[in-house]
Amino acid sequence: MKDDEAAAPTPPGRSSPRVDEARRRLLRSAAVGGVVVCASLLTLLDHRAVEAAPRLRPPGALDEEDFLAACIKCGQCVQVCPVDAIRLSDLDQGIGNGVPYIAARAQACDFSCDATQCVLACPTGALSHLIDAKEQSRMGVARLAAPDACLARKGEGFKGLARGEAFKGHLRYSDIDRWKPQPVASHPYDLGTCDLCVRHCPIKDAIELVPVSSDPQDRRRTPMVKDACVGCGVCEMMCPAEPAAIRVDVRVKGRDPGGPKT
Amino acid sequence: MSSRLIARKLRDLALMLGAAPQKPTPEDMTEEARELLAFKKSPEERKRRKAAIENERAEAVQSHKWRMIRWASIFAVNGLFVASYWIDLQLVEGALTASRVLGFHFADVNSSLQLMLAHKHVVINLVIGVTTVLLIYAVIGGRTFCSWVCPYHFLSELAEMVHLKLVGKKLVRDHELDRRLRIIMFFVFAVLAFVSGYPLFEAISPVGILSRALTYGTIIGLIWVGLLLLAEIVWSRRLWCRYVCPVGLGYGLAGIVAPVRVMYDATKCLHEGKCRQVCLVPHVLDITKLSFAREVETPIGVDCTRCAMCIDVCPTGALTFDIVGLARSGADDKSEEEGA
Repeated sequence: MKDDEAAAPTPPGRSSPRVDEARRRLLRSAAVGGVVVCASLLTLLDHRAVEAAPRLRPPGALDEEDFLAACIKCGQCVQVCPVDAIRLSDLDQGIGNGVPYIAARAQACDFSCDATQCVLACPTGALSHLIDAKEQSRMGVARLAAPDACLARKGEGFKGLARGEAFKGHLRYSDIDRWKPQPVASHPYDLGTCDLCVRHCPIKDAIELVPVSSDPQDRRRTPMVKDACVGCGVCEMMCPAEPAAIRVDVRVKGRDPGGPKT
Repeated sequence: MSSRLIARKLRDLALMLGAAPQKPTPEDMTEEARELLAFKKSPEERKRRKAAIENERAEAVQSHKWRMIRWASIFAVNGLFVASYWIDLQLVEGALTASRVLGFHFADVNSSLQLMLAHKHVVINLVIGVTTVLLIYAVIGGRTFCSWVCPYHFLSELAEMVHLKLVGKKLVRDHELDRRLRIIMFFVFAVLAFVSGYPLFEAISPVGILSRALTYGTIIGLIWVGLLLLAEIVWSRRLWCRYVCPVGLGYGLAGIVAPVRVMYDATKCLHEGKCRQVCLVPHVLDITKLSFAREVETPIGVDCTRCAMCIDVCPTGALTFDIVGLARSGADDKSEEEGA
């Protein structure tokens, strides 16, 4: 009988095939479990690597660590954005896989929706429901990162398409259509002094052009970012210099509307 | 509820949590089941079954009816997600981790649990979403999510076909794992989420990765999904769904009370074992072995995904869909009092 075989004593130093298989099965299971857990931990390591270049998060995002914990990676914020500013990260972002971000140079959040639709869409509060106006968001702060490239600082004007014909980005041009964002590439400019960053800033008193010297003949101006700046990135998107002279420094801490401002 | 029913539910639960199926003693069986077994063990009946099996194998007609219906369901649900965004259909917005269906919050059990453990907040929208989803699966049948909705299940089925082909040519063989791994994974990832502060499982869950890839075009994650499928093809059949993925557990629990299930009728069964060969969770079908059935008619346990592969493959109609409370032909003598 089969059962007798299994019960028969096995030669010393050798276990029965059935015991062997059971042991191998356990080992395999432990190995697979280990690999899967390690894969998930790798995403944490990966995340450490991408921390050096943090991504701009949508308005209302909690501080980065909390945000990554609270986001359920569903993309509902992506779906409601009228200018498609929000995208989802991929697995190369490690633990940030599936988390929304904004690539401001390609398409900034210009608050075309008027009041943070993405926040309303977020089911988890990773985009904090504590904000209900664009001025309350603290995504980052704009900074004139390459002053020498800034046309206004050189005292130059700007004529033509801000970002060229191939640029896909959209912007709210309220005087054309308040509810339909227009392609930036459909909107040529002719400016005596380039003020694109100031002209299109959706936040009141966030940026202004100030004279470089007290000489009234000096046409040079420098964009000065003020406290009201929320870091939406419209200035970065609209800057005609290549690469952009003005860029947003991403806030990773102190942006939680419920937390302290740093 | 009768004590027999409660005992069966507990057994099904233990089975889902990794227990090995138990062969019943004659005392465990109902009077009818004992009589049926005695009849089935008679030499004439054995001979008849053997002939019937040979006959059936000669004909070898394979139905794919339920598989096609089920695949249509997977395509429809995931298609709704995609269309809601791309053609602005706005019916099912989000991903399989969380969504709004006609404006109502839906949320995945495991995703929500991971998130709340990592974030250490009770997110009320997710509680609402999870409750809604669990209520739905408590009605339409537990792990139905797995085989009727999950996009990974579909890919995994294709991988399984390739795997079985290769096994047939003796190029690869299946390496079985311990089913309890899934339970351990559930707890390990729950603890990891709490300790690390990140929903780690979500970053690598092929369910979310595929769901987002379809709607939002995030395709780098597909490399990971591809690796999993490759492992399933060359090394271990249905590796992820069978042994690793904890997503179905919550749905399985909700399915304890589900009125939609697969019913096994021992009187029609030839005990040929075709159903167990196609099943994702074959332990739930151990009752189809001769002398394993405690009752003449037994609903398949909570780990069942209602994929209906067994129904497609069963040559005698011993396995059928059943809904508690709806009369079936020949079910008048059914001695169950569920759904009360």
